[in-house]
Amino acid sequence: MPQSLNRIAAMTARYYYILRSSWLRLLEIVYWPAMQMMVWGFLYTYLYDSKSAMASTAGLLLGAVLLWDVLFRGQLGFTFTFLEEIWSRNLANLMMSPLQPLELAASLMLMSLIRLVIGTLPVLLLTWLLFGFNVYAMGPGLIAFFLNLVLTSWAIGLVVAGLVIRQGFGAESLAYSIMIVLLPLCCVYYPVAALPVWLHPVAWSLTPTYVFEGMRAVLLDGTFRVDLMIECLALNAVYLGIGFTTFVTLLQSARHKGGLLTMGE
Amino acid sequence: MSRIEHFLARKHLTPVSPGTTPTQGNAPDRLDVDDAPAIAVESLCKQYRTHWAVDEVNFIVPKGWTVGLLGGNGAGKTTTISMIMGLVVPSFGRAMVLGHDMATERHKVLSRMNFESPYVALPGRLTVRQNLTVFGRLYGVANLKTRIEELIEDFELGDVLDRVTGRLSAGQKTRVAVAKALINDPDVLLLDEPTASLDPDRAEWVRSRLRGYQKRRGATILLSSHNMTEVEQLCDFVVIMSHGRVVAMGRPQELAERFKCRDLDEVFIYLARVA
Repeated sequence: MPQSLNRIAAMTARYYYILRSSWLRLLEIVYWPAMQMMVWGFLYTYLYDSKSAMASTAGLLLGAVLLWDVLFRGQLGFTFTFLEEIWSRNLANLMMSPLQPLELAASLMLMSLIRLVIGTLPVLLLTWLLFGFNVYAMGPGLIAFFLNLVLTSWAIGLVVAGLVIRQGFGAESLAYSIMIVLLPLCCVYYPVAALPVWLHPVAWSLTPTYVFEGMRAVLLDGTFRVDLMIECLALNAVYLGIGFTTFVTLLQSARHKGGLLTMGE
Repeated sequence: MSRIEHFLARKHLTPVSPGTTPTQGNAPDRLDVDDAPAIAVESLCKQYRTHWAVDEVNFIVPKGWTVGLLGGNGAGKTTTISMIMGLVVPSFGRAMVLGHDMATERHKVLSRMNFESPYVALPGRLTVRQNLTVFGRLYGVANLKTRIEELIEDFELGDVLDRVTGRLSAGQKTRVAVAKALINDPDVLLLDEPTASLDPDRAEWVRSRLRGYQKRRGATILLSSHNMTEVEQLCDFVVIMSHGRVVAMGRPQELAERFKCRDLDEVFIYLARVA
């Protein structure tokens, strides 16, 4: 076990060195979420000041954008950290070392969390200073929302990383595009009730749906739906298991297919 | 008879007899891990769709030997080495390292082996020191600082230690890659073209370091190279592949005599044209 932790720490240090080596990379982590938040923040201010029927939903909109970004950036952080290994032609070095797939996944998760904190904290501060939207108004539920979204982002990241190992650079674009499929189905900006009835089971099979419904319950009714968060956590445990199994299966499949040594060439 | 049936029949009916040379023949099914050869390649095959990249390759590398794996482009060397490393799973047969099947038990032996290949690079954005530290920790090297200092001295890396690896010259990168390959004092070292990008002086310098390491540690080295002078200098034994098969094996001098050639270079050219 100490050896395993040592290997996870070594990999996390490796990713930290990369991050530290370029201020442009650090800026990039903050830049996109900050710009996105500016756009939605101005819309929030406009709706809030308009005193129209839309004013009451302005906070919902901004809260949804913030939480969606946690999910999106969490997955990007996981996948891009992994893609570094492909881009630098280092994957075979890692596969030939005693590093286990679970340890690699754990270090990617840790790094995704670090990148998320670096990217999210300044944006939250910006939202509060510029638009007066205090995300902490969501109370302790915010931690549950954050945790569940991060777990989902890791499960998706594991599948994408597995596909990149199996299919090579062809699957790289999934890193950007896979989350867009979820956007309409997990009801980020509208309640599940807004979807056609036949899509409800699909929406409830997706963990972010529970988070965004929970967020609306907090912001509209002032109630924290513990039941939703527990269901979400249970579903996340299943998805993480599926994600890791998929990652290992695709890695094994890549060993049959060949090409791990030359990956990144 | 299908190719697979043909293969299985051949495997049953004509087993390669053990002991004809130190590097021929199948290892027994059950072998004490301590007594096992460093590398045993048994009826190794790899099929990609309809193409057989490696076709029933057999050889054994005893502990402490340096063996050269030679062949032209597309001969199957890299695929064979990939299977020995456990990065590719064989279609048939098996590759054993220190008594462990690399398709199924590689994690039992990975900490005792290492490799260097031109297909693989060290992370370019990290400094040399950071790279050696990360890999030292991945391999669980005890007294890592001391080990890195030894490597710095051995490979004269002091002046590049805090430079970003990606900005080093090709020769410097090779020195760092070989240093990384020795970070865990491996019992089994796999080297794919270890001096390909070095000038003759530096290449000889790296060879002397590898010889020194092999002598001091009693390590086993499997080396793939197109440089026949290098192979003659470093290798006790040579396995030559062509079109996925072993076409000749023996000591470098023996091979030259067997094929009535002046040196290994001529043997290589002869076999490349004939095979």
